[in-house]
Amino acid sequence: MAAATLPDTDQIWEWLSQVPDPEIPVISLTDLGIIRDVAWQGDTLVVTVTPTYSGCPATSVINLDIEAALRGHGIEKLELKRQLAPAWTTDWITPEGRDKLRAYGIAPPVDGTAADGVLAGRIARLTGESNLTIQCPRCGSTHTRKVSQFGSTPCKASYRCNDCLEPFDYFKCI
Amino acid sequence: MPSLPDMTTPNLSELAGKALAESGHVTVPAPDAGQEQFSEWLQRMGDNALILGHRASEWCGHAPALEEDIALANQALDLIGQCQLWLGLAAEVEAKGGDADRLAYLRDAGAFRNLLLVELPNGDFGMTLMRQFLFDAFHHTLLLALKTSSDSRVADIAAKAEKEVAYHLERSADLVIRLGDGTAESHNRMQAALTKLWSYTGEMFADDAVDQAMADAGIAPLPSTLKAAWEKTVTAVLDEATLVPPASAWQHGITGSGGGKKGVHTEHLGYILAEMQFLQRAYPGARW
Repeated sequence: MAAATLPDTDQIWEWLSQVPDPEIPVISLTDLGIIRDVAWQGDTLVVTVTPTYSGCPATSVINLDIEAALRGHGIEKLELKRQLAPAWTTDWITPEGRDKLRAYGIAPPVDGTAADGVLAGRIARLTGESNLTIQCPRCGSTHTRKVSQFGSTPCKASYRCNDCLEPFDYFKCI
Repeated sequence: MPSLPDMTTPNLSELAGKALAESGHVTVPAPDAGQEQFSEWLQRMGDNALILGHRASEWCGHAPALEEDIALANQALDLIGQCQLWLGLAAEVEAKGGDADRLAYLRDAGAFRNLLLVELPNGDFGMTLMRQFLFDAFHHTLLLALKTSSDSRVADIAAKAEKEVAYHLERSADLVIRLGDGTAESHNRMQAALTKLWSYTGEMFADDAVDQAMADAGIAPLPSTLKAAWEKTVTAVLDEATLVPPASAWQHGITGSGGGKKGVHTEHLGYILAEMQFLQRAYPGARW
């Protein structure tokens, strides 16, 4: 491929924004915030991806999907780089991504509430009210409770709405 | 457990290495003997995650409630993911070829470096949770310290894993309190678990020559320096849970030549490996 015909990185970002997350297909990989960099090194396109959870089984599927999408757009030389640091955080999910999650029935993460392993607050919460208000994505009620800290995929926790009584997923904060 | 001669067929690693090399996933850098202790330490990190992850996965389909089943399986997934990072780096440092899979699937029990605590059978749900809590509290304190490791690869893995383990710790502490300060039955089971497992906690904080070398290089803290922070977390949670550790307890694995960090394991580890390694032992280099 001649250098003059290489698509610019804005175009690549646009293509990547069309690649859905394999487990939550309503949001794209760029919504999720896991594409850290897109750059040309000579005539090779280098896409840097950071994993969500260390053991997330979707990681290899994500890499395959990126490769398939970019090859479909005519990219011939492609390198996928894994980048661990800085570690991915749910704070990187875009505002559009959060709207899409909510519309899909998954309560988006509340920023700045990631587990920090400081247990004093946790113990206080157990005996009293939660300091975290998770809104039901169906009826909008904030009268909800945690059913389990883990859910159907590595990135979700299970909640239930006390008003509309529907169970729902909440995006786990890390 | 005595090692079985036919499980250590001399050319098994070689065969698997060849199969991996042919599949194009292997780079074999020049060996560096000076990295031996570093690799040893990385295997301790990876093996703790691997073996505890395997134990947690044994609950899949058997936990007392669907939510608990899912939580344990998710935790197992986090731990196996972390294991891949640690053992991947260990294989790179060790420079004998192969990858994390070679270390996970082709070492025999005597070459595993995990703490005895994580290889103990799951017991009842109380035992599983108490073990998870005692380990999570240690694991989190350790990972926090490793975020400032002089080796950036270690610091990067630790920063990633620390977020996940903070989440594990919140859950296990939560459940230890709920069940300890729960019904008479749940309290008794949690107390029995604590009494049994306490004698396996000393090994987490016992320093040896490898730990000293890591501390000297600024790669990792001496385990003994983590004990105060661990005790603070554990005491706060156990108090809330109305549980009491045994007043004095002999500690496994910290005297003489014994202990998981030195590769001297309980009889339970061999059974885990027999199940976990069967496929790679029977069909070296198999991929799917």
